[in-house]
Amino acid sequence: MTGQTGVWIAIGATALGCYGVKLLGLSVPAGLLERPLVKRLASLVPIALLAALTALQTFGTDTLRAVVDARSAGLAAAAVALFLRAPFLVVVAAAVLVTAAVRAM
Amino acid sequence: MVRDALGVGVAVGLSGFAFGVTSAGAGLSVLQSCTLSLLVFTGASQFALVSALGAGGSPFAAAAGAFFLGTRNAFYGLRLSQLLELPAAVRPLAAQWVIDETSAVALTQRERATARLGFTVTGASLYVLWNLTTLLGALGASALGDPNAWGLDAAGPAVFLALLAPMVKGSTERTVAGLAVVLALVCLPLLPAGVPVLIAALAAPLVLAGRKLVVR
Repeated sequence: MTGQTGVWIAIGATALGCYGVKLLGLSVPAGLLERPLVKRLASLVPIALLAALTALQTFGTDTLRAVVDARSAGLAAAAVALFLRAPFLVVVAAAVLVTAAVRAM
Repeated sequence: MVRDALGVGVAVGLSGFAFGVTSAGAGLSVLQSCTLSLLVFTGASQFALVSALGAGGSPFAAAAGAFFLGTRNAFYGLRLSQLLELPAAVRPLAAQWVIDETSAVALTQRERATARLGFTVTGASLYVLWNLTTLLGALGASALGDPNAWGLDAAGPAVFLALLAPMVKGSTERTVAGLAVVLALVCLPLLPAGVPVLIAALAAPLVLAGRKLVVR
């Protein structure tokens, strides 16, 4: 765990940055960010980040090693729930319950 | 429409509970978790930040990952500003509610009045619930004991997967997602926590550049 000052710095920077981009979007004249390349990147970067985060938090550990454990089963359950068009909360609940069940076995 | 807006607000607001628990599990205090939900208020960035911090990542790498995830809100804001035509005085307040869910509800409305109503109802219900459930989750986490025993460490990745699924429509999107996963897992044992995510973001420009070469 990072030191407390570090955590607060990270919280402050994230809050400022995230609020800043929200306000920027509402305030700048349309056209400035409407270039095709910028729009394309803006829609693809979150996809890259979310895919990477999903993988890292499913297979990652505290020791910089990738493992397949109960979380993988939970994520598989979430994927099935998504495929069946389950609501957001059901998807997350499926992952949590299956992970807990596999660990309890 | 109001019922739809409330439905979205309630469902996603409840997952604030999962955030509160995840955040506490990553070692953040109740005050820190609640500050994040009040001031950052964009779920994916919050989950990304606390997991990077919990994994021992540097504050700057963690904040950078969270920030890049939040940049998509600027593009929602662009489209919303044309539709909602908010007075300048309201804009700084409304900006905090510019997120995936409020945009999804408002941008499907044709009329300005219903779009404004949808944005406000979704934004208000989500903001109140998300912050309330963050507090409950952060407080409840200590009563739960080890959050991993309850499978709560799977909540974060499941949230990411649920956000990702509707975005991955075409082959470009699938290639970007696939390359990002490979880059992240290859970098995982080699680089400090929080950095592999940033490397994986390069999948987006790499795939776009690759596509251009193929087309030529």
